[in-house]
Amino acid sequence: MSLIVFDGVSHRYGDRLVVRDVSVRLDERRIGVIGANGSGKSTFVRMLNGLVVPTSGSVRVAGLDPDKQARQVRHLVGFCFTDPDAQIVMPTVVEDIAFGLRRRGLDKEEISERVERALASYGLAEHRDHPAHLLSGGQKQLLAIASVLVTNPDLLVMDEPTTLLDLANARRITELVAGLPQQVVLVTHHLDLLAGYDRVLVFDRGRIVCDAPPDEAVAHYQALMLR
Amino acid sequence: MTPIGLYRPGSSLIHRLPAGVKLLALVLAGIGSVFLRTPPQVTAWLVAVVVLYLVAELSPAVLWQQVRPLWWVLVLLGVFHVVVSGWARAYEVIGALVGLVLLAALVTLSTRTTALIDVVVRVCRPLAFVGVDPERIGLLLSLGIRSVPVVVGLAAEVREAQLARGLGLSPRAFAVPLVVRSLRHADALGEALAARGVDD
Repeated sequence: MSLIVFDGVSHRYGDRLVVRDVSVRLDERRIGVIGANGSGKSTFVRMLNGLVVPTSGSVRVAGLDPDKQARQVRHLVGFCFTDPDAQIVMPTVVEDIAFGLRRRGLDKEEISERVERALASYGLAEHRDHPAHLLSGGQKQLLAIASVLVTNPDLLVMDEPTTLLDLANARRITELVAGLPQQVVLVTHHLDLLAGYDRVLVFDRGRIVCDAPPDEAVAHYQALMLR
Repeated sequence: MTPIGLYRPGSSLIHRLPAGVKLLALVLAGIGSVFLRTPPQVTAWLVAVVVLYLVAELSPAVLWQQVRPLWWVLVLLGVFHVVVSGWARAYEVIGALVGLVLLAALVTLSTRTTALIDVVVRVCRPLAFVGVDPERIGLLLSLGIRSVPVVVGLAAEVREAQLARGLGLSPRAFAVPLVVRSLRHADALGEALAARGVDD
């Protein structure tokens, strides 16, 4: 069974149709999504965990409806946003990583064990008690990713996670993502991050206009931008 | 941003006290401060607060950081009381206030936010019978604490943009973008909370 299935999906914001009749099945481990600003790519990925509900058509993630079965789907789908400041909820690093686990009702020992493992895995151990707002941009994005991954999602959706980062931090995030066992859907404007991806979707005016391996998709996108 | 009241990890006796005990002590100290009537009592009260900071292994610099942002309030209050009721009363009022601020800061400096929120959630649990969700109150508190540095950061960015564009000290040019950006941040935060399963 495909983990992700879009069937005739459209979405309208007021008068504007931002996603138009998209049908696609996504089984691959690494999927890139590219397109101009306003092309519909962020709306597309937000439908994966019910943050945006299709105006028509259906979305299924592991056979579940992200709108009607949001709770189950959000346990399966981790979501990282462009601005880590908007998704860091707790004042300190260790508390933010524990936040998602506390809400899942896990016992204290398990939360503590998983948090410590996450702090060590993502290079945040030395910042464990630091106020989150005093971290650098790269560290904040690492924290945001760690806070999502600590809940062990099956699918990680990342909406331009490197846009606000310098090259070194962007590379750090890319390397981290490359080593993850999860299926990853990455929306990005940094085309070089897509090297090694299995499949890349190019969005234009709400439609998928190219669905191909990275080289071909990036060439298509660049031609589109120069038109 | 001045690190007022941010948790400082430690293993002192004060750090190890349960959050509920510290909050209760703070409430009792608040009530007790009303009964400080003479300058010697206020001096003893301030000395006790300083001793508690020493027990918590917090430096005088940390203590000073907690009071420094209040200096203009203290000056205004002090001048008012000197004029209206004399030096002794000014000392009593300001001393009681400074002591309370320092005690409140000591609680947050020595206790994780999650521990404080857990206490609030426990205290609010009976409200569940009238339809109030105690977990929501806890979340609201943590978001409030978390949002302070974010909004301060936004204000600094807006101020810089304002100066760069030569808009001087126009309150409107400062307030409008700050409100818009704060609302955008709140919107994004809401989306992130939903994505993290808070809206389940």
